[in-house]
Amino acid sequence: MAETVPSAEPTRRDFLLIATGAVGAVGAAAVAWPFIAQMQPDAATIAAGAPVDVDLTPVAEGQILKLFWRGKLIFVRHRTKAEIESAAKVDVASLRDPQPDSARVKQGHAQWLVVYGNCTHLGCVPLGHQGQYEGWFCPCHGSVFDTSGRIRQGPAPTNLPIPPYTFVSDSKITIG
Amino acid sequence: MEGHSVYVPKSGFTKWLEARLPIISLTHSSAVAYPVPRNLNYFWTFGAILTMMLVVQIVTGVVLAMHYVPNAKLAFASVESIMRDVNFGWLLRYMHANGASMFFIAVYVHIFRGMYYGSYKAPREVLWILGVIIFLLMMATAFMGYVLPWGQMSFWGATVITNLFSAFDEIIPGVGTWIVTLLWGGFAVDNPTLNRFFALHYLLPFMLAGVVGLHIWALHHVGQNNPTGVEVKNIRKDTVPFTPYATVKDAVGVVFFLILFAWFLFYIPNFMGHADNYIEANPSVTPAHIVPEWYFLPFYAILRAIPSKLGGVLAMFSAVLILAFLPWLDTSKVRSGNYRPVFRVFFWLFVATCVVLGWLGAKPAEGGYTLAAQVLTVFYFSYFLIILPLLGLFETPRQLPGSIAEAVLAKKAKSAAPADASVNG
Repeated sequence: MAETVPSAEPTRRDFLLIATGAVGAVGAAAVAWPFIAQMQPDAATIAAGAPVDVDLTPVAEGQILKLFWRGKLIFVRHRTKAEIESAAKVDVASLRDPQPDSARVKQGHAQWLVVYGNCTHLGCVPLGHQGQYEGWFCPCHGSVFDTSGRIRQGPAPTNLPIPPYTFVSDSKITIG
Repeated sequence: MEGHSVYVPKSGFTKWLEARLPIISLTHSSAVAYPVPRNLNYFWTFGAILTMMLVVQIVTGVVLAMHYVPNAKLAFASVESIMRDVNFGWLLRYMHANGASMFFIAVYVHIFRGMYYGSYKAPREVLWILGVIIFLLMMATAFMGYVLPWGQMSFWGATVITNLFSAFDEIIPGVGTWIVTLLWGGFAVDNPTLNRFFALHYLLPFMLAGVVGLHIWALHHVGQNNPTGVEVKNIRKDTVPFTPYATVKDAVGVVFFLILFAWFLFYIPNFMGHADNYIEANPSVTPAHIVPEWYFLPFYAILRAIPSKLGGVLAMFSAVLILAFLPWLDTSKVRSGNYRPVFRVFFWLFVATCVVLGWLGAKPAEGGYTLAAQVLTVFYFSYFLIILPLLGLFETPRQLPGSIAEAVLAKKAKSAAPADASVNG
């Protein structure tokens, strides 16, 4: 067998080893990329997330409308005066996820609360008009939300998030 | 174990084959001549039972996949058509669904057997860790399989379990959401999720089979533990050949286990399932009371016992992963619980804790139930992190027998002279 003589000078073998290793690492990353990327939402799923218009006229005061956008459940809640007041008078600093009610609705449209309909704990659908604050109550693990969709009790870490939406007119919103 | 390969090929063909691929002598040495401790009890038949259950699940699963449609619009109906239209479809599906539960019954007995007799201690650490990996793969496979019928429990189970990963948002914002979107292939559990779960549910059992191969390899390299926990000292005196002794004993265990399986299968096939899973998935309504399959309930109770999302998720994963560290957490030199009077008490308390946690996991998360789950979660982790490390230092074990043969002979002598029994206790 040929004997390898250690030498201070880099040999052709050193060069080949480093070059092959570097190309191999880049190659592995290049191959891994499409295999991970294919798991992300595909073009059709993203296209299904085109904005949707919601007509608010038929939603009576106190009613909660359920609809889907990008496959996700959304609540559109027509809040009563009492519900708006109870959400507004809360001491914001005492909340787990401090947010004033005014930051969760559009200016001049305080009666409309638009939030994602899955609990921020583990994704169950909370039941409307239930729980201590008469906002929502999640039956799975007991999270309680107020009439602003803010977390007040239970394991959920954050408030019900607000999807991107705008008022097209006083009785119509566009989600997305 | 060394020193037991006695196969000599006799015919022309076997000689020819052995010279090219020594597969007959490998089979002979590992399934015929392989020495097993002569004092193994019926708890040692669960390895064979589990191997059988893996085969049952793969065979029924492959057949079901020929009739099932992994599409969110068609999946539920295709399962119903398996139940009503496919010849013997009801039988195959019930075998597969109840088979999963039987698989977990067997694996829990097998794990507790290992914990009681200290089967995880040196030199069996790698064998034990491979077992923990098998358990994890089983859990992943069972979870994804339960999603496939696309009923209400399937859908909401998938939603809750995948959302566990969103807890990582509390460590690095965005990372949890990124993982969850990656798992879903969308912005909610939907058709892409069902598709990939089906592909993985088909793949994982074969990975499972591979790790089972390593598990058996490791077992046959270090040899089996036994009820005394004393290593084999003399192969001639302490062991008997695998065939016929262990093969026949395993067969008896398998038959009794199959009787239990058949009872569930033919008399109460939906006992371990949930009625809500016969309602098609509806993403706008969560069932009033969602529970996972029974075999996940203790871990589910631990998840819910912690009043913080991230904390609960970490506690639940830790409850499984801590098993892998068991060989180093138990400091006692004595393996078998038969010779550890204090350990034995704590062991049975631990078993009771797991059972009660399972019961609590099926109860609503409120008031006294949550408090009880919190107390038992503390005990669950204390068993591994406080009790086992300290017991090894403070407990005085009973006198171990000099060898397996000695223990067997002492037992025989005792049963031959029943008058002595009261004296020896």
